Amino acid sequence: MKEDNYLDLDFKEIKTPFEMDRREFVKLMGGGLFILFTVGDTLGYVEAQQRRRGQDLPTDFNAFLRIDEKGEVTCFTGKIEMGQGIITSLAQMLADELDVSLNSVHMIMGDTDLCPWDMGTFGSMSTRFFGPPLRAAGAEARRVLLEMASEKLSVPVDKLNVDNGVVFEKTNKKNKVTYADLTKGKKIEKHLKDKPPLKTPAQFKVMNKSFIHHDAVEKVTGKARYSGDIQLPGMLYAKVVRPPAHGAKLTDADLSEARKIDGVVVVNEGDLVAVLHEYPDVAEKALALVKAKFAPSPSRLNNNNIYEHLLKAAGGGNEIAKAGDLKEGEKNSVHVFDETYYDSYVAHSPIEPHTAVANIEGKKCTVWASTQNPFTAKEEAAKALDTNSENVRIITPFVGGGFGGKTTNLQVIDAVRLAKITGKPVQVAYTRKEEFFYDAFHPAAIIKIKSGLDKNNKMSFWDYNVYYAGERGAAHFYDIPNSSTKVYGAERGTSAEIHPFRTGAWRAPGNNTNTFARECQIDIMAAKAGIDPFEFRMKNFKDPKYREILKAAGDKFGWKPMGKSPTGKGYGIACGSDAGSYVAMIVEVDVNKKTGGVKVKRVVCAQNMGLTINPEGATIQMEGCIMMGLGYALTEEVQFNNGEVLNKNFDSYELPRFSWLPKIETIILDKRNEPPQGGGEPAIITVGAAIANAIYDKVGIRLHKMPLNAESILKALSEKK
Amino acid sequence: MTELIEFKLNGKNVKLNVDSDRMLLWVLRTNFGLTGTKYGCGEGFCGACTVIINNEAARSCSTSMKEVKGKEVITIEGLEREGKLHPLQKAFAEKDALQCGYCTPGMIMNAYGLLKKNKKPTYSHIVDAMEDNFCRCSAHKRIVQAVQSASVKMEKEG
Ligand code: FES
Ligand code: FES
Repeated sequence: MKEDNYLDLDFKEIKTPFEMDRREFVKLMGGGLFILFTVGDTLGYVEAQQRRRGQDLPTDFNAFLRIDEKGEVTCFTGKIEMGQGIITSLAQMLADELDVSLNSVHMIMGDTDLCPWDMGTFGSMSTRFFGPPLRAAGAEARRVLLEMASEKLSVPVDKLNVDNGVVFEKTNKKNKVTYADLTKGKKIEKHLKDKPPLKTPAQFKVMNKSFIHHDAVEKVTGKARYSGDIQLPGMLYAKVVRPPAHGAKLTDADLSEARKIDGVVVVNEGDLVAVLHEYPDVAEKALALVKAKFAPSPSRLNNNNIYEHLLKAAGGGNEIAKAGDLKEGEKNSVHVFDETYYDSYVAHSPIEPHTAVANIEGKKCTVWASTQNPFTAKEEAAKALDTNSENVRIITPFVGGGFGGKTTNLQVIDAVRLAKITGKPVQVAYTRKEEFFYDAFHPAAIIKIKSGLDKNNKMSFWDYNVYYAGERGAAHFYDIPNSSTKVYGAERGTSAEIHPFRTGAWRAPGNNTNTFARECQIDIMAAKAGIDPFEFRMKNFKDPKYREILKAAGDKFGWKPMGKSPTGKGYGIACGSDAGSYVAMIVEVDVNKKTGGVKVKRVVCAQNMGLTINPEGATIQMEGCIMMGLGYALTEEVQFNNGEVLNKNFDSYELPRFSWLPKIETIILDKRNEPPQGGGEPAIITVGAAIANAIYDKVGIRLHKMPLNAESILKALSEKK
Repeated sequence: MTELIEFKLNGKNVKLNVDSDRMLLWVLRTNFGLTGTKYGCGEGFCGACTVIINNEAARSCSTSMKEVKGKEVITIEGLEREGKLHPLQKAFAEKDALQCGYCTPGMIMNAYGLLKKNKKPTYSHIVDAMEDNFCRCSAHKRIVQAVQSASVKMEKEG
């Protein structure tokens, strides 16, 4: 077994930064210059209060970087890399502020012993909230190094410059010293307090430029390690007996047949029944021999009765936005539109299933886990082991996709419990069936909108009620004098009495649903008004940023006024905002009237995301959002009955494939002087609505439920006749 | 049934006493420690486990050791030559045809199988050949571009 490279660092023994004195921590880290800084992520702190179960939170610092005695820069952060590319973009920021090459910046991510606490990687927050203080820390480090160089070279700071980690006198380039020489034999600890001046866009050498992924070579050679690739001496692969349905309780397990397989270790401890073996496939074979009995699940929910149930269970709403008077608005309306929209449970389906490897040595438990929130996993593991959390270390190797789904860490709990019981290192890697079963799905949701047009074809009122999709993207951004936005029902969590299984955050949580409903409703009104959907939006945007972004998409698409939809062209528009970014999307579709199949031929997407750190990386995220969005828009829907998840593998759950690939054209507005916004999620929110509107434009049918699958298209077509 | 199975793995002759019903995927990952080949679904749907067997792309999760006997297997770890990346590996890295990278070894091996059969694939040849390999990060556009660019390079280099 090769050493895991995370362990090559020479500070194996250190404990979690926050549970020890800061000075002691830095002492353990070897020489160099340290800049400690705080990420002002207030949202994170609110959540953290709950996540850390009332324990005090660190307030002094939660990230730091080191310039070591070789001049190499290392950033330690609790954020993780799961394909979103922050391993590259965060390094770019540091390289630029420090004036070093991108190659000399290293990211140590998601290791709870080496990295300060972080709430987790989700919500497109890394660049927005982590970026600015990271840059400031880089700038601070540069300033400290310049001061040191000034002393060493006897040249005032303002006469010095830096290139590639070498400080030199502007007028005499031979008078120089490297960062490595400056930090050698020293240990300097600085706290970032005031705000050092950051580079201006005109000074960027690395930021706002495109780089291929920092980790690409590891990933194309198969050397990149994911949690399942961690193999420890003596490690056993565990297969756990799972219930056939959510809510089904284990009553009896007969392990006698499984036990007969050579080398199998069995565990039968109450709710945890498992078979383990040095080969995962043999463990799987043994699992098939376990005779387990379950009491049936009390759940009586299925795809047909779920919406009725959800509406009943919703309780009172919470008004999050309000203007004018709805009654007044309705009175002034010539046309009233009363529509209900539905969205389905959707799976995250990362290609890497949830995986964890746990190893307990003495008091210390080390876990390699595919997780988006290692510090939460650490608490969960500690609780399962009934130990203090400082005894647990979570290491996050590369994560094979998350999309919000790897914020639940049930596999970690299984792995640590089994490691404790068996006394061996244990790997728990979900099968695809388990991945479907335990996924915290994107919640099914209902949105009711009542709206109106006055005699001048202006929107007169907007009464918006969203059930279970939450408030992200719920408030409209159109010029409507009388409006109300109400949010009902818990969006996520383990609300067993509401949803038949866990639900949770799915890429741009709730916003896909909200944008679908809002932008369909806008199109319905535009059609009634007899106005082109592009023009109707342009006329009714309140925020000029929407006008700017839709215009950018329209120009690229070559939008020409087409008048009232349906035109038979198959064009559809949707706009929205997520994680601080603005998006406009125009698509072109074809509908096969015989099969009900939709072919998305072209997608133009314009995005305003403020300063773009890595334009290529941001483009890739947009392309990914668009292609992934085709799935929730067209086919993806979890099938379930009485607590059982009927999708057991990809044959019954259709993900986007190569043949679906439309012509994708992306535009990122040049906003280099504005703060950076989120990029991993925004472009996915408009996909469903734009396609629904395009289907209407093509064949004149209005679908109110996602996915917009062949079955519902055929049904709507036949009803139209 | 345990048998002595001999085959060629990444250019070397290997033999192994193994239950011949075990699937190649797990034998590669555990007995040989070659973890570049990934599990995604275990039933032949996703392509994450794709390797080359006798010059053809095959799903190692559904190929038993019996079927491997006497054959030549290439995994992602066997593509580099003298420390140099294979043109497909290079193209995937240069075109940024990956995000999380988990599907990448399977994508590259599947494309390798395509280029063995068809040196100058068109866009639709590539789409057809890659159709049953899933990428949830949805890097499809760039994967197609990477395969195209690698095929052009390989043509030139002969
Ligand atoms: S793991 Fe073999 S095809 Fe999915
Ligand atoms: S790159 Fe993540 S699944 Fe393809």
